Amino acid sequence: MARYVVKRLALALLTLFLLSIIIFFAGQILPGNPGRAILGPFAAQSAVRALDHQLGLDRPLVVQYWSWIWDALHGNLGTSYEYRAPVSSFLVPALGRSLKLAVVAFVIVVPLGILGGVVAALKRGKMIDRVITVTGLSLSTVPEFVSGIVLIVLLAIVTKVLPVTADAPPGSSFPTQLRYLILPAIPLVFILFGYIARMARAGTIEALDSDYARTAVLKGLPRRVVIWRHILRNSLLPTITVIATQTGYLIGGLVVVEDLFNYPGLGRLIFTAATDKDFPMLEAGVLVIGVVYLAATLIADIVYTVLNPRIRLGGSDQ
Amino acid sequence: MSRMGAEALTVPPAPSSPKAAPEGAAGAIDVSAKRIRREHLGQLLKSWSFRIGGAVLLFWIVCAIFGQAISPYGPLDQNLLLVNAGPSGAHWFGTDSLGRDVLSRVIVGSRDILVIAPIATLLGTALGAAVGLVQGYFGGVVDNLVGRVVEAVLALPVIIVAFLFVVAAGPSTSTLIIVIGVVFALLISRTVRTAVLQERELDYVAAARLRDESSVHIMFVEILPNVLGPIVVEFTVRLGYAIFTVATLSFLGFGVQPPTPDWGADIAANSGYLAAGYWWETLFPALAIASLVVAVNLVSDSIEAVVNQ
Repeated sequence: MARYVVKRLALALLTLFLLSIIIFFAGQILPGNPGRAILGPFAAQSAVRALDHQLGLDRPLVVQYWSWIWDALHGNLGTSYEYRAPVSSFLVPALGRSLKLAVVAFVIVVPLGILGGVVAALKRGKMIDRVITVTGLSLSTVPEFVSGIVLIVLLAIVTKVLPVTADAPPGSSFPTQLRYLILPAIPLVFILFGYIARMARAGTIEALDSDYARTAVLKGLPRRVVIWRHILRNSLLPTITVIATQTGYLIGGLVVVEDLFNYPGLGRLIFTAATDKDFPMLEAGVLVIGVVYLAATLIADIVYTVLNPRIRLGGSDQ
Repeated sequence: MSRMGAEALTVPPAPSSPKAAPEGAAGAIDVSAKRIRREHLGQLLKSWSFRIGGAVLLFWIVCAIFGQAISPYGPLDQNLLLVNAGPSGAHWFGTDSLGRDVLSRVIVGSRDILVIAPIATLLGTALGAAVGLVQGYFGGVVDNLVGRVVEAVLALPVIIVAFLFVVAAGPSTSTLIIVIGVVFALLISRTVRTAVLQERELDYVAAARLRDESSVHIMFVEILPNVLGPIVVEFTVRLGYAIFTVATLSFLGFGVQPPTPDWGADIAANSGYLAAGYWWETLFPALAIASLVVAVNLVSDSIEAVVNQ
């Protein structure tokens, strides 16, 4: 068990290391010279060169990579070209806001998706199963900004149930903030619902068809007890993994949703940094996304292992 | 199976994921491929989701081909006396902030997405199949090395990887195709690799090796035909996701540039007018995207059901 966790951790760190290299060198391919970008098109070439030197951009790439990663490990993610301030002072609040939005989306979608999947599995082949499966499938294929537009028109403009923007006025109470976040969270919920429901459905069906479920029924246990004690426990295991792996997708979705609703989260930060060619901000933001994703999958793997004795005791990890 | 890549791109190694089971072996029992194909086609035409999805898809293909010839107005024609006008008899879908007919822009706007997405998916499938074949066939160091890099890139959401590339290369149709193709190749290579791993152990591969065939021959002539099933499924499933991605990148401003009519770009350009109540400028392109992605997914889902049964 401990060996498994250590192995997974080492693998995640290796992936992160590779990712950091890819991000750093991808940043080098981006067109435009940072010194030129900061000083503008009319600055003298000598000033640009001096600034490049000051920023350390005339050093060999390997040295630059090493100092970037060394600083990042010490909590220094660099200085934004655009704002001339530490990247972390923008990154941390943006990450917090995105997290808030993501949490609202997860709090809505996880129970809903599991419920939908379990209901579909229990009513397998019936009308309600078809409806849940097809709805989930269709919703998960529509881009967030498309469902976002339809929702804005329906909920914010025609019926005026919810506000059009995502950011509550400063100093609003928690329930008000929450009310502002519901509309932007729904497009994310739409996409995730289909996945979670599908995994929950597949897991439940597998559990329903298993020998232990049949034994429990033949033992004379009431259906309700069989479902709660025997089936749900097993069927929800794979769902945990899906939920964790969807964090990666979720951050991609945040870029779009935050853009549509003008919400200053991590997605919007990266988007703006990319269009402004603010490399330190962009690199740090993308690295943070990678860390969040790898951490989420690692935690999911460990939770899965802890909950699943077959892996915990068997030790297979592939 | 995975409809959108977001799931496939994040498959963790530990859990026993049922969807990773390759269908490769099914192709090995070859009872007159032609007959099987005809049976598949018959089953497809009987399925309702295929009929509905196919009809909608056909409608958009017709719009993409004929474009301006069937649109009531030119997509760039401005009527400055009729700006932000709601739906009416003359303009069914209303006009936008520049006085352009929204219906005409929706009809003509189908073209770019219907050109870019399939070509990008085709490129991604071809590249991904090649990488997956090499990984699965050689295994060992090559497999590990490629697998690690793929894993690292896919730790980022597809949209972010794609938009970083587009920012680097500058937005253009060919950039979009290459970027989406390459990112999808990474996703597809995993599925193909899994399928090839199964095939590699079969006798016909061993026989080919004994005949002293070259690796290239074994991979592309012996193994490839037997893993075509999963590759076809990958293509159709990814096509829906490619449309998703192209639309999203256009919306973010990394796709087709204005004033060329494009659904995603038009939504981005007009979403600022939503709060003013001019909903038709964004709602109709949004519904167009929704109908196209759902249609493509209905079709791919029925193809998958027939191929995998």
